[in-house]
Amino acid sequence: MVAEWFRQLKESANVNLTIFYDRFDGLTYLNGLATTVKLSAACLVLSVVFGIGGAWLQRSGWAPLRWLVNGYVAFFRNTPPLAQLYFFYFGVGSIMPLIPDGAGGTHRLFDNFQWAVISMSLFAGAFNVEIFRAGIEAVPKATTDAAEALGYSRFKAYIHIVLPLAFRISLPALNNNLVTMVKGTTIAYAIGVPELLTASATIWNASTNIPEMMNVLMITFLALVGILVVVMHRIERALHIPGYNR
Amino acid sequence: MAAGGTMSGISGDAVVSVRDVHKSFGAIDVLGGISMDVGRGDVVCIIGPSGSGKSTLLRCINALVPVDRGEIVVAGMTVTSPTLDKLALRRKVGIVFQQYNLFPHKTALQNIMMAPIHVLKRDRREVEELARQLMRKVRLSGKEACYPGELSGGQQQRVAIARSLAMKPEVMMFDEVTAALDPETVKEVLTTIRELAEDGMTCMLVTHEMGFAREIADRVYFTDHGVIVEHGPPKELFGSPRDPRTREFLEHVL
Amino acid sequence: MSRPFAVLLPFRPGDGLAGIAGYRADRRVAAGLALAAGLILVHAAAHAATAGAKPAILETLWRWTPFLLGGFVWNIVISALAMAVGTALGFLLGIAQISQVRAVRAPSWFATQLLRNAPWLVLLFYCMYLLPFQLHVFGTRIGIPDWLKAAFGFALPVMAYVSEIVRGAIRSIPAGQWESAEALSFTRSQTIWMIIIPQCLKRMLPAWMNLYAIVTMASVLANVVGVSEGLTAAREMLAAEQRVELLLPVYAYVLLWFFAYCYPIARATVFLERRWAVAH
Repeated sequence: MVAEWFRQLKESANVNLTIFYDRFDGLTYLNGLATTVKLSAACLVLSVVFGIGGAWLQRSGWAPLRWLVNGYVAFFRNTPPLAQLYFFYFGVGSIMPLIPDGAGGTHRLFDNFQWAVISMSLFAGAFNVEIFRAGIEAVPKATTDAAEALGYSRFKAYIHIVLPLAFRISLPALNNNLVTMVKGTTIAYAIGVPELLTASATIWNASTNIPEMMNVLMITFLALVGILVVVMHRIERALHIPGYNR
Repeated sequence: MAAGGTMSGISGDAVVSVRDVHKSFGAIDVLGGISMDVGRGDVVCIIGPSGSGKSTLLRCINALVPVDRGEIVVAGMTVTSPTLDKLALRRKVGIVFQQYNLFPHKTALQNIMMAPIHVLKRDRREVEELARQLMRKVRLSGKEACYPGELSGGQQQRVAIARSLAMKPEVMMFDEVTAALDPETVKEVLTTIRELAEDGMTCMLVTHEMGFAREIADRVYFTDHGVIVEHGPPKELFGSPRDPRTREFLEHVL
Repeated sequence: MSRPFAVLLPFRPGDGLAGIAGYRADRRVAAGLALAAGLILVHAAAHAATAGAKPAILETLWRWTPFLLGGFVWNIVISALAMAVGTALGFLLGIAQISQVRAVRAPSWFATQLLRNAPWLVLLFYCMYLLPFQLHVFGTRIGIPDWLKAAFGFALPVMAYVSEIVRGAIRSIPAGQWESAEALSFTRSQTIWMIIIPQCLKRMLPAWMNLYAIVTMASVLANVVGVSEGLTAAREMLAAEQRVELLLPVYAYVLLWFFAYCYPIARATVFLERRWAVAH
């Protein structure tokens, strides 16, 4: 019934939204949406891990480790994410070992989805390292001293005391970065990952409804970002410590 | 005297006439029925505890803040009228703020010259001549090319006074202009204001400087919680305050 | 100011040349070292894959460098144009966002949010596909080149970011400035252009420079829609050479060029931010 309405729309207003009445197009788009969500979720988790780990290593006593992390941050923040993606998928991918798959052929160790996750997580992770570093530095040394005076080891103090506080301080900048990352998943189109942009391109190449699909794509992303922002705000408010931010 | 009572100006007609003005910000009543008259050439000081609405009153008089109820007439213009020409009003009333608010990206001289050139569209050379004169008047000759950041608090405040004077107002209002200054620099600003008053300018001052108020005011008004509790010549108000609230305030302050 | 018996003080790596220069050099050195190490590793790995029979990889890179740089120039052109157009429009949009007229303020806010939250690649697609590829003006046909459409595609998000930078800077000006301008009878328009905006310019510069670096990096997205620029040149080179062992070094080389261009901008931004730190 909904499909009928959209078919009518094509006849009357020349607005061709095939995703609503064509089963194949609709499924393609939904799969694209699912892939984008999966991509975003995986990158979210991995980039936060990189961020926390990097921030920890930055404070290490061993200088070469610090240099490594700072080099990683400087490099990944000042080079284009698309170029990074090509570097990983085409460049590093070319020297990755071949693995036999069960059907007698071989494929590379990581497929394009996995490289997209790795590349984009490293990119977002570099920003997260700086964000967490700023958050950790904003926790007064007096707090850490008090924790150590109570007998916490440096590591335990980091996990139980510093990190929760630093996390809350970093949250607004982190949310910003998350939104940027979700928007950034579109570059996976360049290496053929079947996410939203790829799906839309597939659909408009077959059904020649470019303006309609572009608008649908835009609206979808605005909705995704909108939902993310709302959820992040809720989290911010839930974690808020009364009286801490003056 | 009952709260909100009126009193005609000492000399000539009233230049500023405030009738039963009310103003609330949300649930807070800041002004609860203020009435006063200020005659031409009068010096009026308004004193009272923080939050009693004194600054708001000044801002209502030059239409920076709209009133909820009541009438204000300044130099023949009805401030509370919806058809008020704000620009014309603000040429007649000058106001100097506690935070000087000089434009940091312009020199002292440029600060004084800006408004007459761009608002009053006067000739540049005339305005520059006037501005230098005013700098001399507030005893800041030689500092014309200094930026606000290079001047002390007291010097900045005097430039702010000169800036308002450049518009040739009929009434000058001072909103706690010495509250943010070091004690040493307070004196130089008060001297400037005293000279202005002696020259015949109509002045309204909100101030904590009781000694100064006693010295130069023609009338002193004491406000508390948005109403005028008591008013009169400084000798009376400071010497023998009638209302217990006035007495309590003066005891704490003096 | 000299410290007495300085020679007896323990040596700290932060002193000396870096101390004189006034900033910590270890990060830059770190980045450089990591980069050099990375490149060497990359070269070694690629070499190992081919047993070094054909002309050396570094030699090939060197030979193709003018071609690659020619492509890179287009990145700079596209990003510069996008910044110019986007900044001009974004400035007006930012000021419109603080308008007292609702009919101006609401659409400006909406446009800013829309352009900020849309993926850059999607906006690029919009412009590439939906903008005409030629204009008919006074009977003559003017072709609009691809890179121009791409530049406009990048100008859209730049507009939104500049709008937010401007709005933020205006909001950070103390209310007292607005009040005293109003008390001196300045109109709102005079206040904005003569008093508020001049004070905002310094505050906006670091964020604006940061935006330029971001746009330069984003300009490689034009490769996805077929515009000729640095990354496209790299792929054409790889297609011409047809050597698997070149893949890793070439992409690393491209990354290096971008790093060399964008990293100094980032450092300058941090330097300016610290120098002009505004107390709020």
